[in-house]
Amino acid sequence: MRKSIPALLPGLIAGAFAGHGIAADLGVKIEIPRLTVAEYHRPYVAAWIERADQSVAANLAVLYDVNKKGAEPGTKWLQDLRQWWRKGGRDLQMPLDGVSGATRPVGEHALNIDKATLAKLPAGDYNLAVEAAREGGGRELVRVPFSWPPKKADTAKIQGQHELGAVTVDLKP
Amino acid sequence: MKSPLKALAAALCVLAATAAHAHNVWLLPSSTVLATPQFVTVDGGASTKPFVADHRPLQIDQLVILAPDNSKLSPVSVTKGELRTTFDVKLEQKGTYRMELVREGVRANWKVDGQPKRWMGTAEAFAKEVPADAADLQVSESASRLETFVTVGAPSAIKATGKGLELIPVTHPNDLVTGEPAVFQFNVDGKPAEGVEVVLVRGQTRYRNQLDEIKLTTGKDGKVTIKWPQAGVYWLDADIKDSKVTVKAAKERSLAYTATLEVLPQ
Repeated sequence: MRKSIPALLPGLIAGAFAGHGIAADLGVKIEIPRLTVAEYHRPYVAAWIERADQSVAANLAVLYDVNKKGAEPGTKWLQDLRQWWRKGGRDLQMPLDGVSGATRPVGEHALNIDKATLAKLPAGDYNLAVEAAREGGGRELVRVPFSWPPKKADTAKIQGQHELGAVTVDLKP
Repeated sequence: MKSPLKALAAALCVLAATAAHAHNVWLLPSSTVLATPQFVTVDGGASTKPFVADHRPLQIDQLVILAPDNSKLSPVSVTKGELRTTFDVKLEQKGTYRMELVREGVRANWKVDGQPKRWMGTAEAFAKEVPADAADLQVSESASRLETFVTVGAPSAIKATGKGLELIPVTHPNDLVTGEPAVFQFNVDGKPAEGVEVVLVRGQTRYRNQLDEIKLTTGKDGKVTIKWPQAGVYWLDADIKDSKVTVKAAKERSLAYTATLEVLPQ
């Protein structure tokens, strides 16, 4: 009896993860473009995985002025990320562990996506949605469609027009 | 013999009554969708074109501001200008705030020695102040609701009052975007009302040559579906008449509902 338990464990662990496609991975890169404006403020950015009906499957990132001093908190302008706000942002409490963070400078930024988030994602068609809103500037939403879990390694890239540069999705089966 | 001053005052009263009828009332909040608790500022006026402050300030003595938890708030920094009233509201809770101005009244017209007489007041005052045997007596009742909504965080439910003509949100009034039709139900005294005439006018009318009104009529279920042609602040006016009167001499009751709605772009 005693001997059989350790012998069973590796099999149990393998069985527990077999259905989750644990190896599959989603990489997201967001480019914040350099803009020639007199007064530049880093944009607020939200990134999330969107179902076919545009509901939110998972929040990946919310970048805002987390350490803003003074009477007005940085969260005051979160509703300017309009789509994200009404699709689910307004139901969240900031800061959000593993999701919210500080605004980023100009350049390409890879998101750190929690493996557990991806493991819970049911098979289906999704959009990677990225929305940016800038103080004294505009707002833009970019959607990159992808299927989950991926059948083969693939890269999808959509170029933003004014507030966002390239948004890249890297899929690994 | 009437003094010239009294005659002038009477004439002005008639004018004021006419003006009150011909001009549209509106409330215009500075924001309707907010992420955090903060102040909003609201303008109110009466003018032909909604949100164009070119006639009279809105009388806000009876204004009620309801917080999401249904407690009442008082407006602050109230200023009554020549052309519009302004007030601020401190929003401290999460959820939907409702600002409403509800009015009820009786109008009477009759003749004394061939001269027209006009009276406006409450149903209670009517019996005391209007002679029951007045010649050519015409009496009508009116009930109106003017309101707007502002939400901090996620929208919360808007409670039906069950009184008069009111909008029952199927689509929340602070969750309006272009590309998504909004559905509103209109109730009279708590029941869906068929045949309510609904008119919507987008603000900024000065910068276009047509009013571009949207005209709709409620169906049996009291509902209308609105397809927003573009983002903006819309003035919604709904009207219906019925015979549910409280003063016996009145033949009909005019019900009016007016709201300010902000529609955001996709």
